[in-house]
This record gives sequence, C-alpha cells and structure tokens, in this order.
Amino acid sequence: MPVADAGAEEPGHVISLRGLVKRFGDTVALDGIDLDVRAGTVLGLLGPNGAGKTTTVRVLATLIDPDGGTATVGGHDVATDPHRVREMIGMTGQYASVDDMLTGTQNLVLVARLLGASNAEARERAAELLERFRLTDAAGKAVKSYSGGMRRRLDLAVSLVGHPRLLFLDEPTTGLDPRSRLELWDLIREQVAAGVTVLLTTQYLEEADALADRIVVIDHGKVIAEGTPDELKATVGAQRLVVRPADAAQVDAVAEVLTEVSGSEAETVGQEVTVTVTDSAVLPEVVARLTKAGIEIEDLAQRRSSLDEVFLTLTGKAGDDETTDEKDKT
Amino acid sequence: MTAATVTAPAASRTRKVGLIQGLGQTKTLAWRTIARIKENPGELGELAFQPIIFTLLFTYVFGAAISGDRSAYLQFMIPGMMVMTMLSTTLQVGQGLNTDLSKGVFDRFRSLPIARWAPLAGRILADQTKQIWGIVLVLLVGLILGFRPGNGFLGFLGAAALMLVFAAAFSWVAVLIGVTSPDAERVQMFGMVVVLPISFISGVFAPTETMPGVFRVFADINPVGNLLEASRGLANGGPVAEPLTWTLAWCAALVIIFAPLSIRALNKRV
Repeated sequence: MPVADAGAEEPGHVISLRGLVKRFGDTVALDGIDLDVRAGTVLGLLGPNGAGKTTTVRVLATLIDPDGGTATVGGHDVATDPHRVREMIGMTGQYASVDDMLTGTQNLVLVARLLGASNAEARERAAELLERFRLTDAAGKAVKSYSGGMRRRLDLAVSLVGHPRLLFLDEPTTGLDPRSRLELWDLIREQVAAGVTVLLTTQYLEEADALADRIVVIDHGKVIAEGTPDELKATVGAQRLVVRPADAAQVDAVAEVLTEVSGSEAETVGQEVTVTVTDSAVLPEVVARLTKAGIEIEDLAQRRSSLDEVFLTLTGKAGDDETTDEKDKT
Repeated sequence: MTAATVTAPAASRTRKVGLIQGLGQTKTLAWRTIARIKENPGELGELAFQPIIFTLLFTYVFGAAISGDRSAYLQFMIPGMMVMTMLSTTLQVGQGLNTDLSKGVFDRFRSLPIARWAPLAGRILADQTKQIWGIVLVLLVGLILGFRPGNGFLGFLGAAALMLVFAAAFSWVAVLIGVTSPDAERVQMFGMVVVLPISFISGVFAPTETMPGVFRVFADINPVGNLLEASRGLANGGPVAEPLTWTLAWCAALVIIFAPLSIRALNKRV
C-alpha cells in the first residue's frame, strides 16, 4: 500500500489512534484511546451504549475534531488534513443516513455526482450498486417505503459509491431482523474480500465474532481489552470450571476446594459450583483434592467462556443489553 | 494513489475544494431538494395555502378599512404579501436543514470530499424555486382580484428579482435558526418570533405613519421595510434609489454576519 509511505503510521496500519481524547462539556467521551487497524482487515469496536464507539467513528470520519491525541487515516491526520481523509473513506451512520424522500437511484446518483461523476457515469454506478445489493426492483421507489434491511443495504451501497478503501460502519445491523443481518454480513464480507479495510462498531458480540479479525473492547472512553476473538475468549474470563457433587450436602465443601485451588471466588447455583480458571494446572489439582477429600463427583466440566462472558467480565454489563432508546451519541 | 498522497502534511493542508467544483456540488445538492419536490408534489400544494388565504383575507377583511378603497389597498398590499410569503418560505431552509442534521443525512455530506459550504448553499439555492412559486401565486391571486402593477411587467419583474436576492441573504438567518434549534418544530417557532415582527412592523399591510414612535423608527431601519419600499417603487412607481441601496446593503450585511455564524454553529453541533 503506497499510503504507508506517508510516514505518520506504522507500516500496514491504515488507521492509527494515539491517546485520543474527546469531551462534550464535562463528559469525557474518549479518554485516551489507542488503536490500530491493519490494511485489509476488519476491526470490531465493541462496547456498551455510551462507551465512545460512535464518537470514535465520528472523529475518524472527520465529523468532529478531537480535543487531544492524534487520529490518522491512511497517514493523514483527521484534524489537519480532513479533505484527504474524506477522499478515501465511506461511512454509514448509526441510523441509515439516506434521504427518505428520494428514490434509491436518486440517493446513489446524488453522492456519485457530488464525487465528480458525470450524470451518465453516476447512473451507471447507481444501477451497478443497486444490482449488487439486490435493490433493483425498488430502485425507483422512495426510500421511505423501504424495509429496515433495504434501507441499511442502500446506506451501505451509498457509502461505497466512491470506491472507498476504508469503510466505517457504525452499528450497521442494530434493529435488523436476523435474516437481514446475515445478508448485510455477507455484503460486508464481500467488501473485505475486495481489499477494503473496515472499522465496525457493534453491541453484538456475535457480530464482532463473525466479522472482525481483531476486537477492541472499549468502555467509558477507554480501551479495556484487545485481541482476536479467540485471544479474548482465551485470556479474559478464561475458562469456567463447573463441578456438581453427587451429594447436595457437599456443595459447600466443593466450593471451598475450588476457591482455594483457583484463587477466585466460587459461585454456587443449586447443586452446581462454578469458578473462573486461568491456569491449566487447576483442573488436575481440583480432581486430586476432591478425590482425596472423598467427595463423589456427578459431573465435572471445563469449557471456554463465550465472548458474552468476556464482555460481561470486562464491562460489568450484559453485552446484548437492548437499551437502544439511548442514542449513544457519546 | 499517486505521488501527491506522499506530500508532507503541511503542504497538503492547503488542499481544498475549488470554487468551480464547489458550485457544481451546490448545484447537485440543489437538484436533490428539487427532486424531493418532484417525488412529493403535494408539498407545493401545502406551500400554496398561506399566500392564497392571506391575500384573500387581507384584501376582503382589512382592505376597505385600511385604505378606504379595496382596489387601492390591493395595489399597496400585494408587494407586501409577496415579501411576507418570501420570509416565511425562508424558514423552510432552516427546517429542511434541521431535519437533515437530525437524520444523519448531513453527516454523510460532511464525510464526503466536497466544499464545506456546498450543502448549505445548495439548500438556499433550491429553496429559491419555492420562493418563485410563492411570488407567482400571490401575483396570480392579485391579478384575479384586480392588482395591476403600475410600472408594467418589467417593473414587477425587477421587484420579484430583488425579493429573491433578499430571500437568499435572509436564508442565512434561517440557517442559523435551523442549526441551533433542537428540532424542526422549534425552527418554525423561533423563526416566527423573528419573521412576524420584522414583517408586520414594516408597512407590509398598513402604512407606517400611524405607528407609535419606537415602531416607526424600527419600521424605517427594518430591512423588510426598505425591501418593501424598493419593491413597491419598482412595481408600482415611487422612490427606488434610496430604498434599493439600503436593501442591498442589508443583504450584504445579513450574509456577512449570519453566514459565518451559521457555519460556526454547524461545526459546533455534534
């Protein structure tokens, strides 16, 4: 990528954030975010409502200026060289930002013309994108008659008019039904396959797991974890060891052993005792101690935590919390 | 990417959209607003209510009372009604802009490599078509009722052109209201607070001679009062030079003051 020659970024990184700070009045929306995205990959920015996901995207899309730190896109600083940044990005906002009163074709032609295409070129590009996004039948209809999924597809299509090398997707599937969500995922994967770098914000762990090469978890404007989906699952929250004694009266004794061996507090639900385990030596040790104490085990299992548990552990909140009424403008 | 990408940040900072390109983008964005009307022709019908009903009301309810003679009042009032219609139409610029801002459409425009002022200018340009529609409607109703511009068609055309120039300048006030208001309803409300006094205390519907001192002073310096006097002069005959100069000066002042304020408010709006 010749863009890497611009010097301000590490080789291969098309997006670099260093100590990014943004305040809204007294509220600190971004509190020193560091983040890198390698060319041609998908970064999932994950966090609960109000964590700073949208603010990060808005800074990168040159819509708001940061109050501190630097943000470079393709080697260009968003604060001092926004025009260059705008030339290589495509953005879809949290709420499909297409014009309701215009038709699908008109929305696409509008952006193509703004990007300098002739009328004929613009119509050609519009037809091509409508075809690819399966919107040809609705091309001449006003967007207000579109379904939620169609609107999102059109929104994505509009952001691709100028062949961007970087795509910012702010909660692209929030509020969509499962089928529309899968359709949109496929369309996003097509873009990645074509070499487009994607930064995607989401509250859905499943979405980050399905699309992202790397995940950055943010909360209260800070990065609290980073890694591939597998790394996150393996490192944070680690594994869950579940033990079920044959005799319900021995639950407390089991809990005591688990707490002692693992070093973290065991939880008891009914006849099941669960503990978080980070060390692989814990399991054989637990088995040895329980055997020695003569506790008969009905069931013993160790499994890797789901991304949901990781998220919960990290943020102290449920990841799929559907409080979408909150606008997440921060 | 060409070698141009590799220039030092300091050099590329100067890179901006040229004026010609910016004007082309303005034209495209104006097309958008006009395409919206084509998709929703009902909007023009809605726009027609106020000028038609106000013209009829003022002619038949106040006409004889104010002038003693309905047809004389019609000559006096029609240019005023056009100005009144023009002012309330400018509020549409603010409302449309506010809707774009809250729906995220404006974010899309701002993330494109286009001139920063193009989305605003495009809207103002497009709403001139609504202005022409309003002027034509009032003229038609006036003609049916018996309005005859004393200076003929050309004089009337001059007056209409002056109103359009003023509308474009005054739209920046509407833009500021549109950007600073939380929602479209509030744009209408704040807009009326501005538009009503400057249109009523100006001699739109009644001569200013009978107004108390403070109101008369306001009426004399009021940009709308000057526009009205110049328009009446152009359409019906009367002094033109002085009110025309004042009107154009006001137009320049409105743009110089409100365009930068609007753009600043826009950049501050998150």
